[in-house]
Amino acid sequence: MINQQNVISRGVRKIMVGDHAVAEAVKMARVNVVSAYPITPQTLIVEKLSEIIDKGELKADFIRVESEFAALASVYGASAAGARAFTATSSHGLFYMYEMLWWAAASRLPLVMAVVTRTLGPPWNIHDEHTDLLAIRDSGWIIGMASSVQEVFDMTLTAFRISEDERVLLPVAVGLDGFVLSHTTEPIYVPYQEDVDAWLPPRNPKVPYVIEPGGEPITLGNLPKSDLYHELHKAYMDESMSEAKRVIAEAYNEYGKLTGKDYEPLVECYRCSDAKYLAVTMGAWSGDAEVAIDELRNEGYQVGLIRIRYIRPFPDDEVSERVNGVRGVIVFDRDYSMGFGGILAGELMGLVPSNVSFKGVVAGLAGVDVSPGEFRTIIRDFINETEANGIMRIRKWWYIPNTNGGD
Amino acid sequence: MVTMSELHKYGRTKVIMPGTAACPGCPLQIGLRQLIMALDGKLTLIIPAGCSSVIPGVAPYTSFTVPVIHVPFASSPSVASGLVRALRARGIDGHVVVWAGDGATADIGFAALSGAAYRNEDIIYVLADNEAYMNTGIQASGTTPQKAWTTTSPRGKTEGKKNVALIMLMHKIPYVATASIAYPIDFIDKVRKAASIKGFKFIHLHAPCPPGWKFPDDYTVKVARLAVETGVWVLWEYYQGKLTISPPSAPYRDKQRRKPIEEYLRIQGRFAHLSKDDINEIKAMVDQEWDTLMNLVNALNYHA
Repeated sequence: MINQQNVISRGVRKIMVGDHAVAEAVKMARVNVVSAYPITPQTLIVEKLSEIIDKGELKADFIRVESEFAALASVYGASAAGARAFTATSSHGLFYMYEMLWWAAASRLPLVMAVVTRTLGPPWNIHDEHTDLLAIRDSGWIIGMASSVQEVFDMTLTAFRISEDERVLLPVAVGLDGFVLSHTTEPIYVPYQEDVDAWLPPRNPKVPYVIEPGGEPITLGNLPKSDLYHELHKAYMDESMSEAKRVIAEAYNEYGKLTGKDYEPLVECYRCSDAKYLAVTMGAWSGDAEVAIDELRNEGYQVGLIRIRYIRPFPDDEVSERVNGVRGVIVFDRDYSMGFGGILAGELMGLVPSNVSFKGVVAGLAGVDVSPGEFRTIIRDFINETEANGIMRIRKWWYIPNTNGGD
Repeated sequence: MVTMSELHKYGRTKVIMPGTAACPGCPLQIGLRQLIMALDGKLTLIIPAGCSSVIPGVAPYTSFTVPVIHVPFASSPSVASGLVRALRARGIDGHVVVWAGDGATADIGFAALSGAAYRNEDIIYVLADNEAYMNTGIQASGTTPQKAWTTTSPRGKTEGKKNVALIMLMHKIPYVATASIAYPIDFIDKVRKAASIKGFKFIHLHAPCPPGWKFPDDYTVKVARLAVETGVWVLWEYYQGKLTISPPSAPYRDKQRRKPIEEYLRIQGRFAHLSKDDINEIKAMVDQEWDTLMNLVNALNYHA
């Protein structure tokens, strides 16, 4: 119910853009070390945090680095020395971090990063798509994707709880759509600082370990005597990912008690209970898809929407239980794996039984707008075709809007 | 100045435990021992990819007696920046030391190094320079000397050696020095002086590598000493805006007192292919480096 503003039990109403909601959450989490490098559309985050720290509203160190690689490396170092640390980036910046992303995750240190999603060049393009965020999905980061400015704030704040939980100890990436959320103003509810402090105490620097002069002479990352240690390490990481599902659920449950905000943890379902067909989306365009669902319901179609909130850990059970028994599932990807198709469609298709109609739609790349009307047409066509011709199993279908020659 | 008796005392202390994976005659092992002695073991090491990723030995064991974090190749100055900021915020003193090779420093990690230096992060950065990518099997780096053989410069390197220490001096950081594993008293004193200063400290440590330079395992110190005695490697220190030639190198300001460069070149297989002309060219390059350095000494000290 992302378009409805739930009543908050305690807190204040503020108006801000998505990037500033990230900065606000980082401030309220009392982060100790921040480092980030400017890149559109993330830049508002690094600017706002610089300002907040400069004004003394957040007592933290801001490290003005020379690259995104250095940004992640420095907050990684800060986390290794016991600090609560944060970074943010987009697109090319995220890809410049790539090596460090894997090292950070496998070091089992808590970290939070905002990823303001943006297309990759060439050509240069600062507009929204989700391919950048999804390209880190194998690295060991927990990955969430918000759909409103309120959720950007909530997801950033809960990320620290999730990442620092001893059952998890994996870094968390919070995705938000470039411009659509990052630069769009919405009213949001912000909890009181004292409530946040009680819910999110300062990080225990000794968990999982701390690298400090005069401290325990531990060595992180030297060659393993047996490669089996390394393999086991991967298996343990994956186990923690599974454990993270429970931790995410607990975190939102407690956060809900604090703020009155109710989220289903990994996926949210809109008008699903009696749905015979389900659409699947992730991120800000889910709001447009919901409008399409409402219109289709008015036309008599029994259709609902699954919105992916966390793609890692992968919400397999959560999606499976909802797609079982429906007649068709249509997945919208604002991302691609070249030579394969939409990434969500590819991952989810295996959860959809073969006697259920399936279509993967690649759309909205490079910031191309997809309107509620377009969602409605694509979903309606899918349902009508399935009803007329029986099940289809199409993993990849490119939706390119007709520009009539364009300009 | 550190005394010989103090060195002997440390010699009996195991700052590095048995079981390292270093090659016989490894200069990094010598340099690391001196470094840890200098700081009385009160340090944290940040080690990027390179020979020193292997030297501590295999997990779950380590031969090092200090906390160590191994990090990706280009990342050590950045990791150290974040680490030291977090430590200071938590009220923890103690030295954060990057121990990096020439590839990590002069090449792949150079942007991160420059960034951390210009921010004047409170780090001691030691470039342990064995003059090539030795861990991957002897490939030319930005600090491999001109004409030296490596597997990627089979007929001798065509480019010169980056003077990393002078580049760092131009970052206007509080302390820059060069050192050699053959001069422990000089190196230890420099580390200790660096440790007494807040901000970014850079020490370029010359570290001859037996398999990489192709000389016998027991010649490591001899080759390092000859580099200084022939004037190929100059020990100097930059502190409080003043550049000084360090005592072991001071006599060699006078060219006549330097040993013939051939003595240094001829015991290394990597220079075996050199012609007489090549050697003369190297001599001219060494003279030019000295000229640059002495001009800089005069220029900087004029203002200091």
